[in-house]
Amino acid sequence: MHAWTALITIIILAVAGYVGGQLSATRVLIGTIVPYVAIGIFLVGIAWRVIAWARSPVPFRIPTTCGQQKSLPWIKRARFDSPFTPGETIVRMLLEVLLFRSLFRNTRAELRREGPRLLYEEEKWLWLGALVFHWSMLVVLLRHLRFFREPTPAIVLLLQRIDGFFQIGAPVVYWTGVTMLAALGYLLWRRLKIPQVRYVSLFTDYFALYLLMAIAGSGIWLRYFTKTDIVGVKQLTLGLMTFTPVVPTTVAPLFFMHLFLVSVLLAYFPFSKLVHMPGIFLSPTRNLPNNSRAVRHINPWNYPVKVHTYEEWEEEFRDKLIAAGLPLDKESGNHV
Amino acid sequence: MRDRVWITLGLIVFLVGITYPIWFNNAAGVRAEAPVLRKPVKGPNCVAPLEYMRASHMELLTAWRDEVVRQGNRRFVAFDGRTYTMSLSKTCLDCHDNRAEFCDRCHSYAGVSPYCWDCHVDPRQARTVRAWAGRPQAEGWAR
Repeated sequence: MHAWTALITIIILAVAGYVGGQLSATRVLIGTIVPYVAIGIFLVGIAWRVIAWARSPVPFRIPTTCGQQKSLPWIKRARFDSPFTPGETIVRMLLEVLLFRSLFRNTRAELRREGPRLLYEEEKWLWLGALVFHWSMLVVLLRHLRFFREPTPAIVLLLQRIDGFFQIGAPVVYWTGVTMLAALGYLLWRRLKIPQVRYVSLFTDYFALYLLMAIAGSGIWLRYFTKTDIVGVKQLTLGLMTFTPVVPTTVAPLFFMHLFLVSVLLAYFPFSKLVHMPGIFLSPTRNLPNNSRAVRHINPWNYPVKVHTYEEWEEEFRDKLIAAGLPLDKESGNHV
Repeated sequence: MRDRVWITLGLIVFLVGITYPIWFNNAAGVRAEAPVLRKPVKGPNCVAPLEYMRASHMELLTAWRDEVVRQGNRRFVAFDGRTYTMSLSKTCLDCHDNRAEFCDRCHSYAGVSPYCWDCHVDPRQARTVRAWAGRPQAEGWAR
């Protein structure tokens, strides 16, 4: 059900972008105002999310560890699975952010038919699909800098040369575009195919996947199939970047669909699961060293609490306690 | 908390990095202008309509290449019934006579580096190549 509602939503958005790109009035709207609003929402939204996370208290060390913590010197410890120093924590974070180390540990539980025997197997495909998608998308984003800078930075040209190394066709096929779409396709397929994963999948899971697939698909379509005036596209992006928006009429409607879906992605980003991009850096379960047994962590917002100890209470009611013949902790009082 | 310093720093680095095209282009005074191209010397007729050539000329050139190299056919009947010889150097560059002021303008603007010139030689440039290196291959290609 979620898969369908998300698909229909994306189709409506894509059609809106495509049709909007054909009408002269909405073309200006989609080419200028919508991207500005989307970029604004993205920047403010991300900043707001990060500041909100920074303000929330993290009183304890709560790293999720996957190995032996630092203990007695003769016990072998796992440096990066249970980091002790800030340096080890940084390495752990880098491995997580760059290589998705925790996903590499992914397992699959399966009840085999031969008998009531629960088996846990390694399941690396999710890790591979996620890694391929994220790295491809990074390269695709960096390649898009050719539309956002004039002159095109040399590093982008170099990246294009590596990406289009096999020089297939004209314009040459960039492999990261293909691998990005293929990885997204796999991630969607597993969500639909594996019953357990399908059961826990919500609208937002499908929506993000469809949205990214629609963006990648329309980009690929624009590059290799129905081509458009690329100089006009760069004029449009540079106009947006320099706050002198121009919307050339030579740009195809499909481009406006691409642009509109990117705007939707930007605006949707800070309020969805996609915000794991900054979130991964602020996960207390990952970014804290596991040193609770060596360093005492005092709750930073502990304030002085007004207490009334038994000693003080006994002092206060000493006369009455003696009169009632009750036993006292302290025989002679301070007053006398 | 002391971590807030690092989080704020990270956020600032991210925001500055992600808005790099905005502040950099504005600081560099870049303007959203299309490159100015040199007009073809032999009039307005091309082998295909302007809109098609602007967006999809690379498709046509690839098709020409395949037709010439694989079929040995050099005759091209254009959309308006005119016939042309399929040749980058002899037909395209005959009219668009300055590679640097025609092809390269848009290509460098859009950050495209086509590999046409790995094999083909711009006839104008070929003269300088000949004078410069006297390489027999360069001469052969230029002819």
